[in-house]
Amino acid sequence: MMRRAGESCPTPTMTPPSAVPGPTTPPSPAGAPDAELVARVLAGDRTAFTELVRRHHGPLLRLAQAFVRDRAVAEEVVQDTWLGVLDGLARFEQRSSLKTWIFRILANKARTRFVREARSVPFSALGEGEEGVDPARFDAAGMWQDPPRPWGPEAPERLLEREDAVRVMEAAVAALSAGQRAVITLRDLEDVDPEETCRLLDITMTNQRVLLHRARTKVRAALERHLRGASPC
Amino acid sequence: MLSCKQITELVTEYAEGELRLLDRLRFQLHLGLCRHCRAYVRQMKLTARALGRLPESELPPDLEQELLRRFESWKGTRG
Repeated sequence: MMRRAGESCPTPTMTPPSAVPGPTTPPSPAGAPDAELVARVLAGDRTAFTELVRRHHGPLLRLAQAFVRDRAVAEEVVQDTWLGVLDGLARFEQRSSLKTWIFRILANKARTRFVREARSVPFSALGEGEEGVDPARFDAAGMWQDPPRPWGPEAPERLLEREDAVRVMEAAVAALSAGQRAVITLRDLEDVDPEETCRLLDITMTNQRVLLHRARTKVRAALERHLRGASPC
Repeated sequence: MLSCKQITELVTEYAEGELRLLDRLRFQLHLGLCRHCRAYVRQMKLTARALGRLPESELPPDLEQELLRRFESWKGTRG
């Protein structure tokens, strides 16, 4: 229940006072910590707002697309989110990271939109069929008869050097069910912890884990199909 | 002993630290004996880590302009 007094900014817990610039010569905001940007935005600094938006746009658009597949609608949700951020920024208490706080605003905006359009938020794993590795790859005892083969690239950096592999992963994520896409976006793409992921999507831990498992299994399988037989790089 | 199929079904629970001790030991025992499952688990980890490094989309200039316009009007309403 923190109250904002007059023009004062939220007290950054990690930022030394000297890091908050005066109004005359604001340093470049690139590389400034989020807490400093928040203080500067509240003081009306346009460049700080631009930096904040640039920094968080990619993750926000990804999360929005987990709620709504259509890119144009997702961009509208992101835009609404930034208006919500401006309206609420003075009340941001920095108990959570700024990214998490903005994600919560986005999740609420997206949910409101779903309710308005009379659609339920489809993040439950219930009703999805059993999905996993193709059963034909195991023998009757459940042991591999068509085992996974080495991929060549064994480090993420090496894998991502291949534009084709990046495209395969992006397409595989886009093709997931809404729940799987939302969970893998938060957990793996945005490194959000399991508890916060459950809060943002309003699902149980078990549901979250099942969705994450199915999502990772499918993305791995897509990579495997693509890399199978490819020569190591 | 767990089957390879079971390993592929339990790999996320294992990675999330959600397996009970006995199941965890069974899982590890199987991995110790099965190079195919070691490869599978390695590929699942690689997939998760690579996803965390996918390139992000950049802010389109028209959206940036629109948001800056909103920012100016937000500033205006705050007096």
